[in-house]
Amino acid sequence: MIFLKKLLKGEKRTVAQTISVVENEGDTKILENIFKYTGKAYHIGITGPPGAGKSTLVNAIAKQLLEKNKKIGIIAVDPTSPFSGGALLGDRVRMTDLALKENVFIRSMASRGSLGGLAQKTKDVALVLDASGMDYILIETIGVGQVELDIAQVCDTTVVALVPESGDSIQAMKAGLLEIADVIVVNKGDREGCDSLIMELKFALDLRQQKAGWHYPIVKTIATEGVGIEELVATIQSHKEYLKRSGRFEKDRKEKLKLHIHELIEEKIKSHLKEFVIKDDELEKIINRVYERKLNPYHIADEITNKIFKVREDV
Amino acid sequence: MGKKIRVLVGKPGLDGHDRGAKVVAAALRDAGMEVIYTGLHQTCESIVEAAVQEDVDVIGLSILSGAHMTIFSKVLNLLKKRHATQILVIGGGIIPLEDMKKLEKMGVGKLFGPGTPTTEIVDWINECAFAKTEQPKTKRVKAKKSRKIKVRRKRKK
Ligand SMILES: Nc1nc2c(ncn2[C@@H]2O[C@H](COP(=O)(O)OP(=O)(O)OP(=O)(O)O)[C@@H](O)[C@H]2O)c(=O)[nH]1
Ligand SMILES: [Mg+2]
Repeated sequence: MIFLKKLLKGEKRTVAQTISVVENEGDTKILENIFKYTGKAYHIGITGPPGAGKSTLVNAIAKQLLEKNKKIGIIAVDPTSPFSGGALLGDRVRMTDLALKENVFIRSMASRGSLGGLAQKTKDVALVLDASGMDYILIETIGVGQVELDIAQVCDTTVVALVPESGDSIQAMKAGLLEIADVIVVNKGDREGCDSLIMELKFALDLRQQKAGWHYPIVKTIATEGVGIEELVATIQSHKEYLKRSGRFEKDRKEKLKLHIHELIEEKIKSHLKEFVIKDDELEKIINRVYERKLNPYHIADEITNKIFKVREDV
Repeated sequence: MGKKIRVLVGKPGLDGHDRGAKVVAAALRDAGMEVIYTGLHQTCESIVEAAVQEDVDVIGLSILSGAHMTIFSKVLNLLKKRHATQILVIGGGIIPLEDMKKLEKMGVGKLFGPGTPTTEIVDWINECAFAKTEQPKTKRVKAKKSRKIKVRRKRKK
């Protein structure tokens, strides 16, 4: 298979086209074929509120890793407009330093209705990059508010970027951001308010139960000037070493695989449900009877669920 | 989920006005397309590289500096080198009619003068991508070919 050879060698056009297939088509054939070549790339997630400097940080981190001769895949997710279904993907604007680097591959993704801060297919796209021989995969989420925490389910190390403008530490705590953070960055260190934010964060993190052996580091950066980036990369590296040393790396990855399989099953059941179980006209009839209060939704749900599993036994 | 039309909007060269490019980018987004915006001062090399990595269907360049002849031919050549000639190249800006004709002969899909309503650009892209997206997915390659033919026919008119 010439295509597979090219993909594994990281030929950029092949990688790009494979990503498109994975992103657009329900077909999982390609993923089945490449899965055995994945698992080598280390996944780093960058999340945080809109405008915190995530893309600028990704750019700076990638530059550092390039100096160590690493191959880097970048997935940058921006939101899809719920109104038009279109998207303006602008993260590349901050990554122009990387545009022509042989060892960097950047792909912008639209979230396409997914609510977790990533696109539904981000995990699959990361698999393609993994198979293409990347050492590191950096994943930037959309600017998150209070619920978009999928990133931690995909990455080995999750970096949460905060800035003084994005509110105080209580807001970061409410958003659940501190719970998913392995490393915290206070970016825009050139702005006022950074040091007091760091103080507050330290206090908030003291309240958080420590995972054995890992204290949650806070790194101050000025991403636009590259200040603090060396320390940030070293911190990520030491988190990686901690994971490996403590056995958590393997444990976490197995946990993520389990979750992935659950998600896939869920998806299959959902599409099965739509296709075979409830026909529109049938549902219409049921709805009418529910509306008249002759049936109730709870009973109907039970009945249909039972039917699904019967259907599954039949095939 | 289905395929979305992906368009790279870039601003090559030295002039610092990207208002037009941004207006077009927003219009394409509002028409349901995924627009990769690469920002100001891009080289032809970085535009083509980004287009390849992002696997876009269309590259839209905004050029106000007067360097349109060099820039477009360079972009087309680079695409050839990357075996990515299925990517349509279109442009906008202040381009004399004479040059427009030359460029379209060279292989630029379409050029839009200043003040072109954005709906016209949207319609044009939709029409060109139509053949591709309407085909069954297993026939992608064929679909791409038929799109090309369509574009070529347009050019002859
Ligand atoms: N002063 C200052 N500005 C910064 C710093 N880092 C990033 N910026 C600026 O902040 C703005 C937003 O940066 P991005 O990197 O695009 O932020 P982002 O978090 O990726 O934004 P979204 O993807 O839109 O959520 C840009 O204008 C950057 O130049 C910094 O350390 N100091
Ligand atoms: Mg960004």
